[in-house]
Amino acid sequence: MLYREALNKAIDESMAADKSVVILGEDVGRYGGSYRVSEGLFAKYGPKRVIDTPIAELSIVGNAIGMAIAGLRPIAEIMTVNFSLLAMDQIVNHAAKFRYMSGGKMTIPLTIRMPGGVSRQLAAQHSESYETMYSAVPGLIVLAASNATYAYHALKAAIFLNDPVIFLEHELLYPMEMEFKEIENFDPFKAEVVKEGEDLTILTYLKMRYDVLQAVPVIEKELGISVEVIDLNSLRPLDMKTISDSIKKTKRVVLVEEDHKTGGYGAEVIARISEQLFYELDAPPLRIAGEDVPIPYNRKLELASIPTPDKIVAQIREWSQANGL
Amino acid sequence: MNSARVKTFYYLMKLGREFELAAKEQYMQGNIAGFLHLDIGQEACSVGTMQAFDKGDVFTHYREHVLAIARGMDPKLIMAELFGKVTGVSKGKGGSMHLFEPKLDFYGGDAIVAGHLPIATGCAYARKIEGEMAGVFAIFGDGATNAGAFFESLNIAAAWKLPIIFFCENNYYAIGTRIGWVSPFEELYHKARHYMPSKRIDGMDVCEVYQVVMEAKEHIEEGLGPYFIEAETYRYEGHSMSDNGKYRSEEEMKIFKSRDPIENLKKEALKLGIVEPEYFEETDKKVAKEIEEAVEFAANSPEPDLSELYENVYCKECTNVVP
Repeated sequence: MLYREALNKAIDESMAADKSVVILGEDVGRYGGSYRVSEGLFAKYGPKRVIDTPIAELSIVGNAIGMAIAGLRPIAEIMTVNFSLLAMDQIVNHAAKFRYMSGGKMTIPLTIRMPGGVSRQLAAQHSESYETMYSAVPGLIVLAASNATYAYHALKAAIFLNDPVIFLEHELLYPMEMEFKEIENFDPFKAEVVKEGEDLTILTYLKMRYDVLQAVPVIEKELGISVEVIDLNSLRPLDMKTISDSIKKTKRVVLVEEDHKTGGYGAEVIARISEQLFYELDAPPLRIAGEDVPIPYNRKLELASIPTPDKIVAQIREWSQANGL
Repeated sequence: MNSARVKTFYYLMKLGREFELAAKEQYMQGNIAGFLHLDIGQEACSVGTMQAFDKGDVFTHYREHVLAIARGMDPKLIMAELFGKVTGVSKGKGGSMHLFEPKLDFYGGDAIVAGHLPIATGCAYARKIEGEMAGVFAIFGDGATNAGAFFESLNIAAAWKLPIIFFCENNYYAIGTRIGWVSPFEELYHKARHYMPSKRIDGMDVCEVYQVVMEAKEHIEEGLGPYFIEAETYRYEGHSMSDNGKYRSEEEMKIFKSRDPIENLKKEALKLGIVEPEYFEETDKKVAKEIEEAVEFAANSPEPDLSELYENVYCKECTNVVP
């Protein structure tokens, strides 16, 4: 199943199961969605529930909050993570805070879907990863879907949660053919051990999962070690139990993220590991992250700005030599 | 002018004014902290609108104590909220600017200028597709009419013919910035004219406010789309307790105080002989007692327990998993 088809299936089934589920955003209706995620829904559910909005992100999210207050379960689609900054006030000051500042009287069941990350030469205003910002906001839940199975189950769960969820997708994943299986009692807040290993834990999420999985056989062969790979899946809450179980076994941790290194999401994960698992570690943690530059247009520069399988191998090689692995 | 209605207007406006005066006093005594925005002078807008718009959903800005009272919120629970007590309408977690009561369809106390307008618009969309044409009432100040969220909301409400009343309280000042310095005109109903029926009215006259909101209500209920009302009004106090309001001339203040909504309603009613003079005396006494009780209730209420700190960040099923 294609990744985008898994998302479509989750939305379609949710809309069929519950009339209060609606989807809104730019081009989600008649056009079928910029990445074809909402394809076919307009014909099936009509203009009242599949809502073409103006290009006004503040209103896409603001309107969705109002719909949620009125009893609907809106899915707001933001075309690209960068554009969500126009809706930041609605997300952070309103959706995330209404429950708390009303003393628990308000409930905002809202899912905000947005793709981010470096695609192919879309330049600085269409290529960012802002999960670190949203993950820092009490009141929000942040999920990052790297694969069809998680995307389907987690999106369905998000739609029916009674809190605002930032649901992160990645532009390069939409057309990817992936394994898919339906799982009963799926827990969207649990990290996935993608590959078991004994000597090194690599934490990652979203598209970097695939770069890591390409790098791992090379690392294992070259260093003669066995690597465990964990996909974090849920960024807020963070599944520290799965992380901790793995680190207690392997004693070493590397985090790979596409986000900028300074203040990136990995900084929080590594800070927690340092606080809670310091004495479990045999080597200092390593962060492999995007460079601290706006994403450039030129393909050579663009690739230089984010981790790639080759760079992951090279940085882990260097780190392991420096730390006598 | 209908006698019963005039009595209700007077009672609620008086209750609102005395509430605000008591809040001011309690603030000076240190029992209320933070930002406190008083509605004194603007009571005709708060009361006239809520008396007319008696169904539907209300989204409001942060100068909302009197609006909440006029909507039916118990002054005791509002005063307790101002005191930061757990008995407050938002359990002491919202304060003066964040009074929420879904049971009254009263949402906000929103302290991001114009931030509640897209939310109100989205709510109106949901009501429309549900066939709930009582619709939505959104109130905001002159300052909000310069923000992007305001224009986006007018555009969407008009494009989709949503049942929503936009009610602008034009008191001419966004804190200390005169509206004419930052807007091409001071008569703000012009900003909505191309989108929807738009009217400028006397916001110091509760009967006029009531009448025009009734007309707007009929308009949205018939499915004719949104309606815009600009009410000229004036706040006698500063923007908040930390502002003395001295940027306004005494002359200007005098003109608006001569149009005081409470005094003028009383004068007019007595002149027309539709309300007996004793009613006003009795009401003033009743109001004084109610406010005294509200302050007493707030003062005697307990503070939230420290365990409340992490309550209500998430819903119950999410609280278990989110750190």
